[in-house]
Amino acid sequence: MSRTAVVTGRCAPLPRAAARAWLDALRAEWTKVRTVPETGWLVAATAALTIAVSTTVIAVTRCAPGTGCTADTTRLSLIGVEAGQAVVAILAVLAITSEYSTGLIRTTFTAMPRRFGMLGAKAAVLTGLVLPAAIISVAGCLLAGREILPGRGFTAARGFPLLSLAHGATLRAAAGSVLYLALIGLLALGVATIVRDSAAATGIVLGLLYLAPIVAALVASPVWQRRIDRYGPTSAGLTIQDTTGGHLPIGPWGGLAVLALWAAAALLAGGLLLRFRDA
Amino acid sequence: MTTIAPYRAPQRAGRDGFWQLVHAEWTKFRTVRGWLVAVVLAVVLIDVLGLFLVDVGTNQCNGPCVPAVPTGPGGEAVLDSFYFVHQSLSADGSLTVRVTSLTGKYQPQGGPIGPHTTRGLTRFVVPWAKAGIIIDQSTKQGSAYAAMMVTGQHGVRMQYNYTGDIAGLPGRVSPSSPRWLRLTRSGDTITGYDSADGSHWTKVGTVRLAGLPAAVQAGLFATSPVYFQGNFPSYAQSGGGTSPSTATGVFDHVSLRGGPATGTWSGQFTGANARLDSMPGVGFQHADGRFTITGTGDIAPIVGGGANVNFVTGTIADHLVAVIFGLVVLVVIGAMFVTAEYRRGMMRVTLAASPRRGRVLAAKSVVIGLVCFVLGLPAAAIAVIVGAMISRNHGVYVLPVSWLTELQVIVGIAALLAVAGVLAVAVGTILRRSVLAVATVIAVFVLPYILGDTSVVAPDVSEWMFRVTPIAAFAVQQSVPAYPQVMGQYGPPEYFALPPWAGLLVLCGYAAVALTVACSLLRTRDA
Repeated sequence: MSRTAVVTGRCAPLPRAAARAWLDALRAEWTKVRTVPETGWLVAATAALTIAVSTTVIAVTRCAPGTGCTADTTRLSLIGVEAGQAVVAILAVLAITSEYSTGLIRTTFTAMPRRFGMLGAKAAVLTGLVLPAAIISVAGCLLAGREILPGRGFTAARGFPLLSLAHGATLRAAAGSVLYLALIGLLALGVATIVRDSAAATGIVLGLLYLAPIVAALVASPVWQRRIDRYGPTSAGLTIQDTTGGHLPIGPWGGLAVLALWAAAALLAGGLLLRFRDA
Repeated sequence: MTTIAPYRAPQRAGRDGFWQLVHAEWTKFRTVRGWLVAVVLAVVLIDVLGLFLVDVGTNQCNGPCVPAVPTGPGGEAVLDSFYFVHQSLSADGSLTVRVTSLTGKYQPQGGPIGPHTTRGLTRFVVPWAKAGIIIDQSTKQGSAYAAMMVTGQHGVRMQYNYTGDIAGLPGRVSPSSPRWLRLTRSGDTITGYDSADGSHWTKVGTVRLAGLPAAVQAGLFATSPVYFQGNFPSYAQSGGGTSPSTATGVFDHVSLRGGPATGTWSGQFTGANARLDSMPGVGFQHADGRFTITGTGDIAPIVGGGANVNFVTGTIADHLVAVIFGLVVLVVIGAMFVTAEYRRGMMRVTLAASPRRGRVLAAKSVVIGLVCFVLGLPAAAIAVIVGAMISRNHGVYVLPVSWLTELQVIVGIAALLAVAGVLAVAVGTILRRSVLAVATVIAVFVLPYILGDTSVVAPDVSEWMFRVTPIAAFAVQQSVPAYPQVMGQYGPPEYFALPPWAGLLVLCGYAAVALTVACSLLRTRDA
């Protein structure tokens, strides 16, 4: 494979060769992920849990006649994303920590010494897995909302039109939720690369996702409350689901950008640690 | 021919009793430094977050702004403010009146209560506006009483000693359908009657007011509590849209029998609550045997969240809100206590040493349960006791409870942590993989908590989360009861749909089911 390199004494591969090496890396990562049974289960569980939680919450929510309901029906329908993100996080954490727990990571690095490239390939494969799961989840949630909500008192006559992707804000919320889940996966992959231990990584990621909003609700200082809401990965990222334009801590796309920054920072830190740390 | 005796080790055979097993599991737990650090961190988190970060509200005022809050005969904090037209009654006797009308006003915008309230009052009888007759131990606040009254939307009621409430005739009072009310006193026993026509009387209830003195105050009263508008915002927020209100009752056919009645009625606003008695129109008129009395306030227990008073109230459990954080750390450790053994292959050694597998699971549960309970107990005690002191320093009126209730909250929280830890052990045994187990136990406790946030979902969804999911156990935090006859902001973290023991039982049920499944899987599966 590197016969020319030996002959000419050149270390830097040609651009085409680099692209090919990365494609090989991608295929290697895909093979690893494809051949463990839990991948399929987790992808299916993402969609199942998201849709199940959304459907349950919608089915028990009611807009009683004679009361002023102020629900954001799009956001309500997409509430299952709060649950589905946990499964995405597990999928992402396992993508790297399972290699550490079995020692496979040393083989991986021997075969693929470019560690940033390896992480990039992992991130790409992970995103390729999460995106279809997220699309199915979001579509299922919106469909559930469309079918069930009118029967629960959220009728067009009372100011709650049928959920439809033709509605700009709903389209943004749906597409944004898909991106949100993908970014959560990347964030979790970054954290897991930093931590390396599966249980610790899961605890930290889920703590970051779920406990930050609770802290925000508890802290005494409104300044800090706003800061946590603006810059916490979940609270900022989920503003993309808002369609009422109410009191948002941060704009919808700005919020998603905050989450993207979190994911990028985690991946960068993970990549740097990979680069400079022994496996 | 010699027989060779088989080798016998000089040591006596070790005992394999259950407590040896518990000791072994405790040794495994104790010798992982990370776990010890984590469990101590968990309980420190409960106190540090709970005591120093939590917003319990502050009474913004110069000087003492919480009035001396009276307590009723049962020890609960009460509101005892009403307009009282009374005479002294020093023997057995009875008081009968006819109520022909109950009208009221309230201030729609909530706004500041005070000297400006003359503007913008709207005619409306709030649901629990009250006008009727009362026999009161004295005019002192918090004294024992029994009363018959008509209410805004809840018909005739007999209420006594602030918490007691018995329904009488339904329907609203009007000049065309008046209500007759009667209270008879015999010693310290008071009986209430109601009637639609003044000749056919129905007994509503009999109450004994222990230690009622010979001379009591009997008379007519009117009062009207603050009114709530619309839905309430999310929990952990006090206040909401509350409006002060007044109620006016019109009485005739007043007759007081028995005792040396002086014959003169004197009126006073009892319960000096500076902001409530400044409502306009409070007072009484008496002409041709007809009394028109306007009052404001309430004769009722004070409920949490500062809902029916104009100062910030709190409960002893306010500083326990960070328990969820400690809980998350503890359940993660509980799950890892099992999954770590599977990852390292230690489980095979454990099961070889103790082939009765159910007992291994039991020993692990005992160790985690005890660790959580023993650490949770002081953490909860500090959060409750020091937390109440901090709240008082912020000028918050902490609703008084008996020491038994305080104990229930503290022990309840420790038990909640213990049972949650056991549930985590069971989940870890079922799933065996660290990642899945850790994620499951976190999701099991935190997801319902987030989905129970009323700012995201409707209050009825929130209520179900606290009814059927493992977080139902947080009901052990409830320290003051909710009263159907008092409008209040009843919701977590102060009020729960289930009683404390039932909430804890729900979590115990989850733990029992998980343990049963874990036990049968552990027995039937290879390690």
